[in-house]
Amino acid sequence: MVRSHVLICGGTGCTSSGSTALREALAAELAANNLSEEIKIVQTGCFGLCALGPIMIVYPEGTFYSRVTKEDIPEIVSEHLLKGRIVDRLVYNKNDDADEDAAAHEMHASLSDTDFYKKQKRVALRNCGVINPEKIDEYIAMDGYFALGKVLTEMSREEVVQTLLDSGLRGRGGAGFPTGLKWKFAMGSEGKKYVCCNADEGDPGAFMDRSVLEGDPHAVLEAMAIAGYAIGADQGYIYVRAEYPIAVNRLEIALEQAREYGLLGENILDTGFNFDIQLRLGAGAFVCGEETALMTSIEGKRGEPRPRPPFPAVKGLFERPTILNNVETYANIPQIILNGPEWFASMGTEKSKGTKVFALGGKITNTGLVEVPMGTTLREIVEEIGGGIPNGKKFKAAQTGGPSGGCIPASLIDTPIDYDNLLEIGSMMGSGGLIVMDEDTCMVDLAKFFLEFTVDESCGKCAPCRIGTVRMLEILNKITEGNGEMEDLDKLEELANYIKSASLCGLGQTAPNPVLSTLRYFRDEYEAHIKEKRCPAGVCKKLLSYNIDPDKCKGCTLCARVCPANAISGTVKNAHVIDPEKCLKCGACIEKCKFGAIYKK
Amino acid sequence: MKSLSELAAIREQMKDKVAIRTGSGDIRVVVGMATCGISAGARPVLNAFVEEVAAANLTDKVMVTQTGCIGICQYEPVVEIFEDGKEKTTYVKMTPEKAKRVVEEHLKGGNPVSEYLIGNTKL
Repeated sequence: MVRSHVLICGGTGCTSSGSTALREALAAELAANNLSEEIKIVQTGCFGLCALGPIMIVYPEGTFYSRVTKEDIPEIVSEHLLKGRIVDRLVYNKNDDADEDAAAHEMHASLSDTDFYKKQKRVALRNCGVINPEKIDEYIAMDGYFALGKVLTEMSREEVVQTLLDSGLRGRGGAGFPTGLKWKFAMGSEGKKYVCCNADEGDPGAFMDRSVLEGDPHAVLEAMAIAGYAIGADQGYIYVRAEYPIAVNRLEIALEQAREYGLLGENILDTGFNFDIQLRLGAGAFVCGEETALMTSIEGKRGEPRPRPPFPAVKGLFERPTILNNVETYANIPQIILNGPEWFASMGTEKSKGTKVFALGGKITNTGLVEVPMGTTLREIVEEIGGGIPNGKKFKAAQTGGPSGGCIPASLIDTPIDYDNLLEIGSMMGSGGLIVMDEDTCMVDLAKFFLEFTVDESCGKCAPCRIGTVRMLEILNKITEGNGEMEDLDKLEELANYIKSASLCGLGQTAPNPVLSTLRYFRDEYEAHIKEKRCPAGVCKKLLSYNIDPDKCKGCTLCARVCPANAISGTVKNAHVIDPEKCLKCGACIEKCKFGAIYKK
Repeated sequence: MKSLSELAAIREQMKDKVAIRTGSGDIRVVVGMATCGISAGARPVLNAFVEEVAAANLTDKVMVTQTGCIGICQYEPVVEIFEDGKEKTTYVKMTPEKAKRVVEEHLKGGNPVSEYLIGNTKL
């Protein structure tokens, strides 16, 4: 009889920090202590606190261990699993002061009590980190496939689409198009149709789709079957990137199990409905996340976009009516069917219903995955859930929407986050990457980073995107190297607007956004680079000079010895000097100086 | 699988097995599992509670867990039961057979088994 479950995260983050070895070590230690019958090890998907991985949760107590190593296993087994003494030093704990009485003390380590989880509302991620994604039975225990059952036995196709329309669900891939409307368009046409899932998550810093696929793959399969029933399709495709090997593996297992149970395939649940899904692996081109390019790629051709209209709902995959939704969008759908559209619409803001998953990254204490109701403010996400900015630095801005989005400056930190508010302030929801920046981030450099990404990833089909983004990048390089002129800012804006209006697909149409939004909120930083030839954040190397304070320098010669360019001269016990002509600005001298005598300005 | 009822059967069968992970439970049964507890026979007591709670279909309400030394080693195995809004109950010198009766009368019936309580036990 099993009395305790040990959940070990098997998401990509924790796997790369060694959770597989941890699982094996735990199994061996349990066997050695004769506990294999009493304690069950469960491999789950992502818990969300990726920075603290590998993560382990022990139930029924819900004790939340972080950064567990193989060496910790014997202690966890003998102390916690055998004797019930929580291994305090491994417990993730931000609320130490909360536990005053003895009873509370035992529960203080519980996952749900941490600041990180308390404010979250998990819908799309509800099963991530709770069930074993490789066991269909565990998904079924969490009401899995009951939404499909309900749809097939109790609801007409029109009712399904109406439910989605009423719920107010909008596409989680970024643009925010109402999902129900997409389905309605596709439902109207005749003949062979397709249901596609966009799992080609490509924004730098975004990994929520990967986590859903790794942690709860059946939710996506179930939702796609529901979509198939609603629009009248019997074939689905999931387009997932080959760089997500764990996600691909779990999807394959899930597909096999669903077919074995007759939840995919022919005559599902004896209702005469047929539906099956195939995987298509993408090679990692960013443009293949654009819907027309994605479908072209599924057809076996080079992944390039084509003009719209016709929209996919009219003429999509293999020239047939097709719906394409994002992974996170699908993950919400079984819940909407089971709990009703009113339940879903009760969360969120007027025009953005439900919750949104964000991948928190950058200069933030709790890097990881969070799911919050729409309309949660940036401040709540950054300060309360994210645990604020490390090292006492100040919040400068947050970047949302990746290379297609923009930044939210500190002055707008109380903006409730939803689709429309973000558009209004010149950013966008995007897939949900949220990169936090502190005062050490140079906004010109940031814009350059995203533009370099789009220049790299532009497919080259249309000139505005292929050539225009390169020209913009050249101007940014000029500015960060100290050769910018004030006219360059006007040129940047003009080019940006041309690229936005003339590009063929979403990639080009949104590529200038990071530049436009940083220009809008941080124009002074651009001007400092141009007029004063100075990088206020101290990032742009060409504009920095390294100097030695003669009063602090003791003449230890350490810096001169580590300098790879021999740019530092001086004799023992006398102040040293850096030759700016030879200096590579690598920073090696700053790291070595014991007296804090070297500074950059 | 050809029907919803088959799906429901799997869900029922699995529900108990994942209920442990909800981490909730209005009632907590805590078994002292320090060295003193283990040597006095706390492990079979713990396992008996887990089995009996499952057999009584109480897994969604009752959470069985262990703790360290409670400090009254001479009374081990010690089992404490915490219920929301009530004072905790402490059972001492427990055995698997006594555990069965506690599940039946206390957890299911709501009446503590007074003769096993710490106040009524002499060494």
